[in-house]
Amino acid sequence: MRAQFVMSEVGIGLRRNLTMTVAVIVTVAISLALFGAGLLIRAQVETMKDFWYDRVEVSVFLCGPDSVTPSCSGGAVTEQQRDEIEDVLRALPQVDTVFYESKEEAYERFKEQFKDSAIADNVTADALPESFRVKLTDPTKYDVVATAVEGKPGVEQVQDQRAILDRFFQVLNGFQVAALFIALVQILAAALLISNTIRVAAFSRRRETGIMRLVGASNFYIQLPFLLEGAIAGLIGAILACASIIGIKKFFVEDRLEPSFQFTAFIGWDAVWVVVPILLLAGVGLSALASFLTLRRYLRV
Amino acid sequence: MIRLDHVTKQYATQNRPALDDVSVEIEKGEFAFLVGSSGSGKSTFLRLIMREERPQSGTVTVLGKDLAKLSNWKVPALRRQIGAVFQDFRLLPNKTVAQNVAFALEVIGKPSRSIQAVVPEVLDLVGLKGKEERFPDQLSGGEQQRVAIARAFVNRPLLLIADEPTGNLDPTTSVGIMKLLDRINRTGTTVVMATHDAAIVDQMRKRVIELEGGHVVRDQSRGVYGYAR
Repeated sequence: MRAQFVMSEVGIGLRRNLTMTVAVIVTVAISLALFGAGLLIRAQVETMKDFWYDRVEVSVFLCGPDSVTPSCSGGAVTEQQRDEIEDVLRALPQVDTVFYESKEEAYERFKEQFKDSAIADNVTADALPESFRVKLTDPTKYDVVATAVEGKPGVEQVQDQRAILDRFFQVLNGFQVAALFIALVQILAAALLISNTIRVAAFSRRRETGIMRLVGASNFYIQLPFLLEGAIAGLIGAILACASIIGIKKFFVEDRLEPSFQFTAFIGWDAVWVVVPILLLAGVGLSALASFLTLRRYLRV
Repeated sequence: MIRLDHVTKQYATQNRPALDDVSVEIEKGEFAFLVGSSGSGKSTFLRLIMREERPQSGTVTVLGKDLAKLSNWKVPALRRQIGAVFQDFRLLPNKTVAQNVAFALEVIGKPSRSIQAVVPEVLDLVGLKGKEERFPDQLSGGEQQRVAIARAFVNRPLLLIADEPTGNLDPTTSVGIMKLLDRINRTGTTVVMATHDAAIVDQMRKRVIELEGGHVVRDQSRGVYGYAR
């Protein structure tokens, strides 16, 4: 094997087909950047799930004097009902901690949350319900709590904060699916473009390959420059895709999202470093495979 | 060296077989002409030997190997022992004479040191000394064919196949090419040459195999082109 000879053939081929090579690089870069973005959104959803599911609680709101739900027909919750509900909650094996929040505490929290808003001035402690804040060992086991206490006398409503989050995650998942779908279409286009480029390259070098076959060069030797051409174009595209992924993390997530939304967690660099090798491998693999399949048709012994 | 045993080759696009039940044997060190009109099967004969085509029936044995049993990946090894020259020279226009010859060795993975040693040697043999750095379009037809012969012979093949090597050349130049092929033959290399050129065949007085419509109609040692017909 003469590496220098093969590399010079590859260089000649890439330069001869410069416009096609640029097209391949751009297509591969766009498709892989979208693919990477899809993977990052997924990582973001996972990060947020980890972050929030530890913090979300199930709220069991207790009846106030003005509650209208059927289970509140007895008027405001009595002390006995409240103790009963608390006992039921504490007895559940899925429950981690139970924390009682009185009207006054709810009011304090409300004032804190809306301290810059005029709403806080119009609300009194009596308008807010007292509640149990239930933390679960496994946040997906909301149903157990709901069935245990829902409809019990003194319970107005059971609310799972996770349901609100899940709606948000569904939106993110939608973005992810869309990004991956577009990426898939783009990857298909990239594969076809690579295949076409290799076909043109094989045609423009048919003299050389004809002589190579004639003098007994092995198939591997004849095909290697074409394979490398495809793989190098794919690699450059993948590097550009990685650069844009790193750019998204640095300039969008770190510089813009994180300062603006400090209450939640964002993907760390570890997620990016997982995606980068996947993209590089996909870029090289995709183009090598597309080249290989094309060559099988156009460069036979 | 070469044996065709009841070989029939039929191309899918044609009604008549290109070769029909042909049996020929060519010994090591022989010089054999393959003559006949266009479409008589000369090129098919040569392509079967190179294993560019495979026959429908019969066996082709080259250099002791039954080509039907030769797997695809072993074909390059076979072709390394066969040099080939064509009417249209098949040189690379963007490479110099020396690079054209070196190319044949580079692509079979020969180390560059031995390439540097043998290329000038073979160019000297074919009479192109001093023209190593010329490009093909700076050479005459005869010189270009000499480059092609140098490329075919540089790997010292046991068999040299020539498909109308003088087809594009004037008679005087052709004589020079024939002298060169004869010299190569004298080194022990078997030469099989398909040709239309009656003058050359008559002059060389070598074995003549005449094909007509896919059949061998004449096989004569020290023959002439026309034959007394």
